[in-house]
Formats: sequence, C-alpha cells, structure tokens
Amino acid sequence: MAAGGQPLLKVEHLTMRFGGLTAVADLSFEAAGTDITALIGPNGAGKTTVFNCITGFYKPTEGMVTLSHPDGQPFLLERMDDFRISHWAKVARTFQNIRLFAGMTVLENLMVAQHNTLMLASGFTIAGIFNNRGYKRANREAIDLCRYWLDKIGLLDRADDPAGELPYGGQRRLEIARAMCTKPLLLCLDEPAAGLNPRESEELNQLLLDIREEHQIALLLIEHDMSVVMGISDHIVVLDYGVKISDGPPAMVRNDPAVIRAYLGVEDEEEAEGVIAGGQP
Amino acid sequence: MAGAPKSNQISAVAKTLDPAAMAKDLLFTAILSLVILGPIVGLKTVPATGSLALEQRWGTVLVLVGIVVVGRLIFHLIAARRPASRAKAAKPAGPGVDVGKYLAPILLIIALALPFIASLAPSQERRLVDLAILMMTYVMLGWGLNVVVGLAGLLDLGYVAFYAVGAYSYALLSTRYLPQWFGDGILPWAFFVTLPIAGMLAALWGLILGFPVLRLRGDYLAIVTLAFGEIIRIILTNWINFTGGPAGIDAIPRPWFFGHPFDDSANGFAALFGIESKPIQRIIYLYYIILALALVTNFVTMKLRRLPIGRAWEALREDEIACRSLGINTTNTKLTAFAIGAMFAGFAGSFFATRQGFISPESFNFMESATILAIVVLGGLGSQIGVVAAAIVIVGFFEVFREMNFLKEILPEGTDPVQFRMLAVGGAMVMIMRWRPRGLITRRDPTVYLKEKKAVPTELVAQGHG
Amino acid sequence: MEYFLQQLINGVTLGSIYGLIAIGYTMVYGIIGMINFAHGDVFMVGGFAAVIAIIAIGVTGNGAIAFTILALLLVVIIAMIIASAYNWTIERVAYRPLRGSFRLAPLISAIGMSIVLQEFVRVAQGGRPKPLQPIVEGGVVLMRRAVSEGEFVVQLSYMQMLIVITTLVLMVIFTALITRTSLGRAQRSCEQDMKMAALLGIDVDRTISITFVMGAALAAVAGLMFFLYYGVTDFFVGFNAGVKAFTAAVLGGIGSLPGAMLGGIILGLIEVFWSAYFSVEYKDVAAFAMLAVVLIFLPQGILGKPEVEKV
Repeated sequence: MAAGGQPLLKVEHLTMRFGGLTAVADLSFEAAGTDITALIGPNGAGKTTVFNCITGFYKPTEGMVTLSHPDGQPFLLERMDDFRISHWAKVARTFQNIRLFAGMTVLENLMVAQHNTLMLASGFTIAGIFNNRGYKRANREAIDLCRYWLDKIGLLDRADDPAGELPYGGQRRLEIARAMCTKPLLLCLDEPAAGLNPRESEELNQLLLDIREEHQIALLLIEHDMSVVMGISDHIVVLDYGVKISDGPPAMVRNDPAVIRAYLGVEDEEEAEGVIAGGQP
Repeated sequence: MAGAPKSNQISAVAKTLDPAAMAKDLLFTAILSLVILGPIVGLKTVPATGSLALEQRWGTVLVLVGIVVVGRLIFHLIAARRPASRAKAAKPAGPGVDVGKYLAPILLIIALALPFIASLAPSQERRLVDLAILMMTYVMLGWGLNVVVGLAGLLDLGYVAFYAVGAYSYALLSTRYLPQWFGDGILPWAFFVTLPIAGMLAALWGLILGFPVLRLRGDYLAIVTLAFGEIIRIILTNWINFTGGPAGIDAIPRPWFFGHPFDDSANGFAALFGIESKPIQRIIYLYYIILALALVTNFVTMKLRRLPIGRAWEALREDEIACRSLGINTTNTKLTAFAIGAMFAGFAGSFFATRQGFISPESFNFMESATILAIVVLGGLGSQIGVVAAAIVIVGFFEVFREMNFLKEILPEGTDPVQFRMLAVGGAMVMIMRWRPRGLITRRDPTVYLKEKKAVPTELVAQGHG
Repeated sequence: MEYFLQQLINGVTLGSIYGLIAIGYTMVYGIIGMINFAHGDVFMVGGFAAVIAIIAIGVTGNGAIAFTILALLLVVIIAMIIASAYNWTIERVAYRPLRGSFRLAPLISAIGMSIVLQEFVRVAQGGRPKPLQPIVEGGVVLMRRAVSEGEFVVQLSYMQMLIVITTLVLMVIFTALITRTSLGRAQRSCEQDMKMAALLGIDVDRTISITFVMGAALAAVAGLMFFLYYGVTDFFVGFNAGVKAFTAAVLGGIGSLPGAMLGGIILGLIEVFWSAYFSVEYKDVAAFAMLAVVLIFLPQGILGKPEVEKV
C-alpha cells in the first residue's frame, strides 16, 4: 500500500478501554506517506478515541502506533507525551469542537503554533529578552509563514481580529492553518467539515488537496460528510463499535455490505448504498 | 458550567414591578436578613465570670436589616427601570482606545515626581511617602502575581509564601550569614547583594513547589497552593532556631546609598551631598528602590509577553489541550510562569524586610495573598495598568477607612472602622466577580500584529482552565 | 498499646467532625463542580450560632440529663437553620449569578465570601476565642494501665460517643435521602447533566439551593460538636477545618458521600497520630501536606471514579 518502504503511520492492534467499556478493539491500519486516509463510522464508533491515541491524549490500553519519518526514524507514539508527539514526531491535529485561543488574535494563534521554533531562536527566552538578532529573524520568518497560511485560508484581512470573532467556517480553517504551522508530516483532522455549508465544504476539499499537494504530507481525517470523504480520500477505514469493519479505497468501501449494514441497519441496502455513494462528485 | 435555563424568578418579578410580589419579596428579604444578622450581630458573646454572656444589640440589627431591605428595594426599582436583561446591563462598555497608552506615561511621571509633590506638604510628607511605598509594594506584588494568574491563568492562593521566602532570605542573610561569611564590611552592600539571591531562592521555591502540582486542574491547584502557603507560614512560626519563630527577626539592616548610610555621620548620605540629614531622606530612597523594582517587574513582564514564552502563557490560559496539541510543553511553561512570579515576590519580600526592619510570620498570612489576588482580579486579569489602578483603589481604600472619623460617630462604641478593611476586600472580590468579572480594564493588547494593533475585548478571553 | 487506643478514639472522633463538613464540599462539588471555599466558614458560623443559642437557652452541664439533651437538640436545630440561611444566601448572591462565567470566577467569589464571613463574625463577635464550660462531661473507662507501668487511662468520653453516634445517624439519614428520595434523584441527575435534567422538568436552581442547605445543616451540627468537644471556638476555626475537610472530601473521592466520611476519618487519624507521636506544632503541616499528596497521586480519591480528560 505504501509508496515505498515503511508506511508513514502504522496502527497495530490498538485497543482502548475505559473501565468496562471497550471503545476501540484490536484496530490495525496503515496510512502511507502522502495519502488522505478517512476514518468513518457511525456516531460512537470510537473514531475520536483513535485520534486521541495517535496524538497521545490517551494512552492506549494495548497496541502499537508507529510513525516513521522519511529518513527512516521511527517514533513509537503510544509511549510519547502528547506535546512531544507534535514537537518531535510531527503529528498535528484539530479538534471536533474547535479549540482556538479565542481571546487572542488570528495571527497570535498561528504564532503560538510556532512556539518551539521561536523558543529555540530566542535562546529559551534568555537571549530573547535582549532582542538577539537570531530571534528577530526567526520572528520575521514566523510572521511570513503566518501570512502565507492566512492568505491560503482567506483570512489575511482578519489577521488582527480575535479568533473568537471569526465565523464558524473561518474558525475551522484557522484551526487547520494553526496545525499546519507546526510543519507536520501527518495532519489529523477531526470532522473538519462539521457545520459547514456545501460551498464551504467544497472549499475545504480544495484546501486539503492543496495542502497535500504542496506540502507532501499525509492526512488522516474523521468525517461524516460523505462528499468530503468520497471526494478526496485515497483510502477509507470504517469503524463500528470500536471494530474495523472495512478498509480500502473508496470504491471498494462504498460497496462493502458490512459498511452498508453498519450505516443503515440490515434492511434497505439499496437506500444505504444511495447515501454512501451520494457524495461522489 | 451550564447555565440553568430556568429564569430567575425574583428578577422576573422586578421587571414587571408588581407591588404585591415585590412586597412579598421584600418581606422575605427582611426575614432572611433577620435570621442571618439577628443572632450573630444582635447577640454578642462577651466574657463573663468563668463563662460567656450575651450582650444585646438589637438596634444595630434593625439598622442593618433596614439597609438590606432598602438596598433590595433600590435594586428592584433599578431593575424595573432598565428592562434589558441584567447580563446585558453588566456588560462593560470598555473604552475603545488603549487606556495604557495615555495613562501609563502620566502615572509614571507622577510616580517619579511623587516625593517632590509630597514635600510641598511638609506636615504630611512622611505619611504620603510611606503610603506611596505601600502602594508601590502592592503594585509590584500585583504585577508579579499577574504573570501567574493573569497571563498563565493559574490561580495561586499561596503567593505570599514566596514573598515570605524573599523577606526571610534577606533578613537571615543580612543579619546572620553575610556578616559571618564576609565580615561587617559587606553591610553597606548587603541589600544589593542579597536582593538577587532572595529572588533566586524564591524562584527556586516556586520550582520546587510548582513542579509536582502544576499538572493539577485549576481549582485543585488553587487549594494546593493555599496549603503550601500555610505550610511555609507554619514552618516559619515553629522552626524557632532558624527563623526566630513567632517573634520573628528584628534589627534587619536598612539599605545604604551605594556605601553611604542614611545618618549624620561623615560618610553619610547627607554629608556626601552636603545637605542636612533628615529621616525622610531614607524613606524617599526606599520609595525609589521599590519604584525601580516595580518598573523592572513591569518591563520584564511586558517583554516576556511579546516573546514566545509569554504568548504560550496566554495560550495556556485560553486552552491547555490545544497548547499540548501544538507541541508546547505545558508543565515547563507553567513552571516558568510560577517561578518568575515567585521571583518578583522574592524581590518584593526583600524590600519589605529592609523597609520594616522587622519581620515575623504574621505578615505572611492568607489574607495577604487574598489582598494581592483581589488587586489582580479588580485590575482585570492580565492587565498591567489595571493592577496599578486596583492597588491605588485598595490600598487607598484601607487608608480612607483609617481616616473615616465620621464613621466612628455612627458606629457603636468601640468599633474601629479599620476593622472593616478585610470585610471590604472580601466583599469587593464577590462584587467584582458578579458585576465586572473582567476587572477595571477589559481590553487586551495583542502581542503581535500584521497591520494594525487593535485591543481585544476580554469577554472573549478564557480565564483559567479546568 | 493503651496510648495507641486512646489516640484511635480521638482520631475517629475528630475524623467524624471533618467528615460531616466534608459532605458539604463533596455534595456541592458533585452538583456544580465548584469548591465552596466558604463552606468552612459556614461551619464556623454554625458553631457561633450554637454558642449563642447555648448561652441564650442557658444550657449547662449541671441540669437534668433530659433537659440537657432536649436543650442541645433545640440548639442544633437553631444552628442548622441559621447556617442554612447563610449558605442559601451565599449561593444566591455569590455563586448563582456566576454560572456560565469563566471557570475560576466562582472560586474567586467563594474566597471573597469566605473572607467576608470570617471578618463579619470577627467584627460582630470580636476576635477573641470564646471559651465555655463543658456541658457533656464524663465517660467510660475502657482500659487502665497499672501505676507500676506508668498509669494511663483509656477513656471514651460521653462527648466522643455523642459525636460518633450523631455522625453515624446523620450518615444513614443522608444516604437514604440521596439514594431513596426524588430529591436525591434530582441531585444525582443534576450531577450527571444539568441541562438535560432541566429539560426533563427538574428545577435545577431549587435542587442546587437544597444541596447548599443540606451541606450547611451538616456543617452546623459539626460546628456545635466541634465547640462542645474543644470547649472553645473563634472566627478563624473555619479556615483550617475547611481546608482539612476539603482534603477529606478529595481523599475519599469527591462527589462520594461515604467517601467524604471515610476521608474525614482517615484525615482525623493522621492528624491525631501525627500530634501524638511526632509533633503537635506541625499537625497542620501533616494535614496540608496530605492534601498535596492526595491531589498529586490520587486525585480521584479512594471511592471516586477516575476522570477521563475530555479532548
């Protein structure tokens, strides 16, 4: 499946239990270097839990999550702290219920995402107090990167407004841009199209494809909007009650009877097929 | 916290101003306040032979109940006059312009010139400068705590512990250890040698105490810091060999002016400048020291805000989980805020020790922490200029209480208005949270901008995380 | 051995008082997720109300036993009413308007309220401690060590019995109240999801108010017993007792009623044994350090449920 050598992300036998509840059971899948992988499934199927395990917010009960950098260096994500996963393993994420720094400006949100780079340039603050030249340069570069992303998401005009005042679609896009400012190799998006209208949804598709094209990174997304899922993903993993029921390219998954059953129950397979296929552009 | 959808019955009554319902509400208020005030105010326990007796003061109770009922009535009338919902009415109409831009230079000039202004009123000079020193000390403490509470959103209820560490560091070093190690020749420089050490020791304690607890949720952190503050105070009280116990430490050396003492000796400050030696000179010198310390605190804080670390503090206050997803080591980030706040408290503590010449554990109780917190909260969490305004209001308020002789006339025999000081501080904290939770200054300056600098209304700013 | 037994009795007694206060913290935390920092001071006010009632009624240890018991019952009811009025008003004035404000706002308001209560009582009643002659005296000698081995008497005083029995009875009543009645159901549903409870027709405001009143009533009982046990009270007792009771609530698992009681007794034992075997001066340090240790290593407490961070 992978373009060559190790796949970027390898999830093996991932299991997550909360007390007696098994949210994810023995899940294995892979995501290749520049693939867009969609994780779909009915509500409560355990998709966000998988995300939280990959990004270190939860420690999985069992299983391994390995991220291999292009230079071959592996990172065992299930053993790393969440902030180290972002910093060293280069995995960025967004959240289902947007988590922006609402009281800070749009630009500040993007600057915070470049914290580690700037921290280093400011000599861990000590040199920064004296305005060292390296920090000034790094600061300029950081602002340039912000400008690039603001332009990309169409929020350049609103750079100095508080993030909390942006319309919903803008907040979603800003969160993606903020994640991208950490320069990730894998970007995990938790329902990026939730609450967007069809036009915004289409723009989002374009943005995600652009990101993949220009930055050569892999995307992993949880999504309910089938037009997004079927439109852009190379590879779909379907979860139901924490168990993987299907895994493959969109064309295959769309016709998988197990998927249809999970989405609409056993009867009415015709209709279910209609729903899942409906999103095809 | 999810707001309960059910409308508040009483304010609904107020809006329509139905006389019958209002009368009922007022009657209820009267009965409730009678239950609350009646026994505690009306029946004072006084020592009697071998036991206690009660002293009846029903007059005072009636007056207080009357005040409560009239207050409630006024509240109803105002609420009825303004049909807009209370939430809307409480929304602060923060000034659109950046207050700090104009106010800060004016305040700075006043602060620099204050001793000269005070000297215009020779009879009051000493009192005015003393008051200014007190205010400045609270401004500095407020600025220090503002780093922790205002910027990083960590509610620290034990801030006074670091103030104590600074004070005791200076007191112990200057009275005991420095003379022991370097002989008496160090004394002229004791303050300036010890100041950085005291700051560093306080910061070190900030790290030691902060490290295990900073991953706790906001409210738990608050209680733990309170416990730490108390632990340090109890140790200071009981470790008699080291700290002098409840008696404290006295004869703490005063600072010298670059090797010249403030006395009428040949080497003295007055002799150096060929002027007459006066006690006020030392006081003015102390004032400039605390002013300089406070300005350094402010300068460093403002600088840090614009550096990645400061931005991370504010981001942390907004959303800790998002910070972690962006690769920010939140524990370290919180620790730096905690340690830097503690360091400023350590500086202020050293100054306190040298100004008083005497310290004891009693100066470092929870009420002191609460007062500093009240200043930060009243000023507007995160606002530097707000802290100044709040320190002036609260310290000034204390002073006004002392001066209110007319209150002594109204109040029953033997009640001193100064007693109501902390009562007022506590009440102020409740009222600020209720009617102006963002404090006096409700704008936030962005730390970086692309085109134009626009202050952000702080209604959007999340404060403290869970 | 004898010494140990005596300390055990003392520890359980003190722990019962902490447990009663801790219930107030645990119930309020369970339902609205805030630390009612002023709760310790409500306990103090309850104690003062009891002192005033005792003097006003003229309860002494000299009268007939029946009279003393009836009078104390009256005293406790008065103290409960007054403390409940305080806590009800506090919730109304200082906490309810802040629902929906930023997270730390209610805590800051509660700290303010705590200062207000302390200072109010100090101004109204004076700062000096209030001593009173013991009302419940005597006890049962459980064990006696011979003079030859250094005489030591293990005694279970009537006061200690009274405290432990009252606590047990109150615990039983409250557990029944919470598990068996519709009020308890309303409380538990508000704990789970306040909005949903409101949608299902539960009067959330009223339920919260009742929770505060119940907590205050228990704190008032604790206040009276604390005063009878030590024979003295002052305006500041609520601060230490409050922090310790909060520790007990966390130790037992915040939100859990039996947990609060268990935590209280463990904390009482720690404090008493620390004073007995190490040092009296540092007994508060032991309790406060316990708070830090519990929060760091066992934040969900002994009987609490582990909390999963919502991402």
